[in-house]
Amino acid sequence: MIPSKITSMADAIARVVPSGASVCMGTALEAAIPFAAGHEIIRQRLQNLTLIGPISDMLFDQLIGAGCVARFIGAWVGNVSSGLGHNYRRAFEQGIPRPIAVEDQSNFTIALSLLAATLGAPYIPTRALLGTGFLDSNPAFKRAEDPYSGDPIVLVPALVPDVTILQVQRADAYGRCHLWGTVGISREAAFAARRVIVVAEEIWPTERIVADPNLILVPDVKVAAVVHEPFGALPAPLQGFYGRYTEFFTRYHEASRTPEGFARWLDEWVLGVVDWKGFLDKLGTDALKALVPRRVLLSEPLDYGA
Amino acid sequence: MDYTDRELMVIAAAREIRDGDVTFVGMRLPLLAFALAKRTHAPAALGYFENGIVRETPSDEMLFTMSDPPNLVGATWSTSTANMMGMLAQGLVDLGFIGGAEVDRFGNLNTSYVGDWRAPKVKLPGSGGAPDIACYAKRFVIVMPQERHRFVERVSYITSVGHGDGGDWRRRHRLPGGGPVALITTLGVFRFDAETREAYLASWHPGQSVETVRAATGWNLRVAPDATETATPTAHELAIVRDCDPRGFWTR
Repeated sequence: MIPSKITSMADAIARVVPSGASVCMGTALEAAIPFAAGHEIIRQRLQNLTLIGPISDMLFDQLIGAGCVARFIGAWVGNVSSGLGHNYRRAFEQGIPRPIAVEDQSNFTIALSLLAATLGAPYIPTRALLGTGFLDSNPAFKRAEDPYSGDPIVLVPALVPDVTILQVQRADAYGRCHLWGTVGISREAAFAARRVIVVAEEIWPTERIVADPNLILVPDVKVAAVVHEPFGALPAPLQGFYGRYTEFFTRYHEASRTPEGFARWLDEWVLGVVDWKGFLDKLGTDALKALVPRRVLLSEPLDYGA
Repeated sequence: MDYTDRELMVIAAAREIRDGDVTFVGMRLPLLAFALAKRTHAPAALGYFENGIVRETPSDEMLFTMSDPPNLVGATWSTSTANMMGMLAQGLVDLGFIGGAEVDRFGNLNTSYVGDWRAPKVKLPGSGGAPDIACYAKRFVIVMPQERHRFVERVSYITSVGHGDGGDWRRRHRLPGGGPVALITTLGVFRFDAETREAYLASWHPGQSVETVRAATGWNLRVAPDATETATPTAHELAIVRDCDPRGFWTR
């Protein structure tokens, strides 16, 4: 029998995400962002990470402000409901708390980069980004001539993250997981990565997960660790489990305007708690209750009969 | 009738959506513009969202982001970002909305770096999917606040291509989409000349004038011979916008 991959968040991060690794997160765009995993990365003081993501709604700004990040590959870092990311700006413009390099991508090209990796293709050609500054500021892109039409084309190279971290609704002990709702680039990001950490709201027996094999996001051979962490995406939403805690994003935006304000925020919400349970205790049960979906909307069961 | 700049921008953006348009909705004000158009003149418009969602009806709850769970309720498809961008790249999207920090007279947009990108004065949040919409949508509409330092002769970095250097630039560079057709600001509505592709003032918002718009434009502004005042929002339009954004999070 295969050994269970279930472990604590602290152990999963310590074992699977070394300093210097490239880490892909926030792959479902504004939903299912693995905040619990990100906060543990900050607590473990990981350094020189490369962050990969399409957009990042606040989590990457926190990791950058905490000094964990040397490089960002993606399309956007900020706070979707409030605006820009103060730490991202400070790091890039002033090197505070440390300088970071940026490799600009669009949402399409980051998806194509990861898709190329899933196919074992060296690159994917596209017309996206023709005529833009991306072709100057990100040397990974190459201008080429389409050998068929002779037209100009952009080559997007395959991108293989060392680790992709996913927040999902449910998984078994071996990392077979079901994610629904907004998925964004989650499937490509997980399938492209060398290793995956699955953070699940619920751990289900294998037979109930494999009863719907079409919904399994990524083959379990990719999964290095499974962490059971309810509410692990908060304050981002997760379909069927909780809504978006927008006020928390707004308060972070105000708190992080200055390095001192961000340091206080970090002490209070990340460094000053031992684990995700500590974060949730600080949020309080009233806040959690207010985010519970008001409606249950079940899909129809599928008949996989043979 | 009392209304805010942003309410007027939402209403002007909604008027750009034609009935039946496949609309790439985007974030912030266009979320409201899509809902308004659906509930008024464009009931058959479709909403595409780059997180993978397709909708025939607007969400029945206020959205802070396109990935808020209510946006999935009643969706007619939920797929990957790659597939949704594929719809765009296949030429299946009629209209997209884009915001910007800097725009120039040919509708090129910068949301990346102010100043030289090697040593920028300001690092802006980035592109999201805007460059992809700008490349592929049959037409797109820019929605952004107008200030002189944001409306420049030439953007310092092109994040999302408009009409490049003007004229047939897009065709020569083999860009499949049609480029920007309107620029909706806090002061007025600009459109793009059919030949030169330069932005010109088509209407100024109530309370503004050609002079106030010119003063907030960093290039030698051309004005349409038939330029006029932007149509005032109707009570019906305003009521719907306020129903979609009851606390005024986006519009107050």
